[in-house]
This record gives sequence, C-alpha cells and structure tokens, in this order.
Amino acid sequence: MNKAQMIAEPGKQEIRVTRVFDAPRELLFKALTDPALVPQWWGQRNSNLTVDKMEVRKGGIWRYVERDVEGNEYAFSGVYHAIVPGEQVISTFEFEPLPGHHVILETMKLSDEDGKTRLSVTSVFQSVEDRDGMLQSGMEGGMNESYDRLDELIAQLQKA
Amino acid sequence: MMTTFEVLADPTRRRILDLLRERPRLVGELADLLKSSQPGVSKQLRVLREAGLVNVQQDAQRHWYELRPEPLAEIDTWLASYRHLWEDRMDRLDEVLRNLQAKEQDNDSTT
Repeated sequence: MNKAQMIAEPGKQEIRVTRVFDAPRELLFKALTDPALVPQWWGQRNSNLTVDKMEVRKGGIWRYVERDVEGNEYAFSGVYHAIVPGEQVISTFEFEPLPGHHVILETMKLSDEDGKTRLSVTSVFQSVEDRDGMLQSGMEGGMNESYDRLDELIAQLQKA
Repeated sequence: MMTTFEVLADPTRRRILDLLRERPRLVGELADLLKSSQPGVSKQLRVLREAGLVNVQQDAQRHWYELRPEPLAEIDTWLASYRHLWEDRMDRLDEVLRNLQAKEQDNDSTT
C-alpha cells in the first residue's frame, strides 16, 4: 500500500504531504473536488462529514462540517483562489473554532508519475507557531484513531 | 523555555546534534568542526542542555557533551500522529478511487 510522506522541517512555516495513487489524474481531481465524493475520505474515520458549501471556482467558498462520535460539530472553511482542472487547486483553509484568524494557504498539485498520479499538498501557515500548533493537534486525533484501531484489533483477536 | 521543535529550528544546533549523534564531543572539537568560537558553541550547548537534548559528562577537566535521544523520539511521536491523520485521509481517498475505477470497469463491460 502506498504510504503518505510528510515533511515538516523545524523552524519553517509549512507542511508538505505527498502520496502516489494508482488512478488517472482526472479521477483523482474529481475525488478532490466533487462534493459527493469528499465526505467519503476527508475528515477522521470515526467522524461524519457534511459538505455545507463547495463552490469549486475562483473566489468560491468551501465549508465542511465534521461531527464526531460524541456529537460535537466543528467546521472548516476557506476560499478557492485558483483552480486548474486536473492539475491544481489553491485555496485557503481555516479551522473555525480557533479564536482569531489562523489562515493556511493550501496548494494541491497533481502530477503524472509512472502511469500513476502523485498528489502533493503544501500547507503554508502564517507563523512557525501556527504550523507547530497544527502538528501538535494531530496528537489527539491521531492518538484516538490509533487507540480505536487497537481496540478493534484486540476485539478481532479475542474472537479468533 | 523553548519547545524541542523550536530548539531544532536553528541549523547550527541541528549540526551540533548531528556531530553528537556520531559520538560524544568536547566544546573545542565542536567549535573547530563548526568553524565557530567556543563561547558561541557553548551558548548553543546551553540551549540544547536546557531542552534536554544533550547531557554533559565530566571527565577530570574535560566536559564531554553527549546526545539524549528521548526528546527527539518524542518529536517523532508528535509528527507521527499528524502524519497518521494524513495517511488515514489518503488511504480513504485511495479506497474511493478504487471504487470509482471498479465501477467504471463494470460499466464498460456491460455496454
């Protein structure tokens, strides 16, 4: 299985994530920009995602609302700055519950690679602190996911 | 006090850690290798010590600086969790793409 690669250098304001998919570029682009498909992969595994808005065009607004197992809702939103069909999406990204305005510039690029498609996502933050804060936030969510998976695995092993 | 990640933001400090990863070293040796002054290197070593990234071992008159791997391992865990979030997202995107392609193939074969 292809694994996502993540690069976050100390003292910088960006995070890069990249992964190769065994699919044509047009299809990957569709999965990234179709409101019917996005809820199937964005957000955490145990959450429910609703697309409130998704105006995929320059100046269009996107907004997703995630609802976790406890019923807590939180929204993510931004504006599309540039769309190059099949190639690139540049948009802003904001986690609404955070006080103040911490806006991230997200560039998604698609490129051909050995008959497959590489997705590269570069997120640029307004400060190193913001970037580090985001990395740290992965802790809770990621840890919970890991524990959930561990529980599942233990349950399966116990049945066997 | 700085977080481990903030301490690592300085390239000179990262270089010092790389050198200590090979083996413990004296300040003078580090200064030579970095082509820097001893006071300059001592200052960086103090920051690294305060962050728990290096230890000092005294041997007679000499102070040997050595690497403490625990904080770096912590950062790795920290980054791993965020990376895991993205990996999960990408895995699910992968599933969506497989399903879409499987559907397309089914459609092709029935026409």
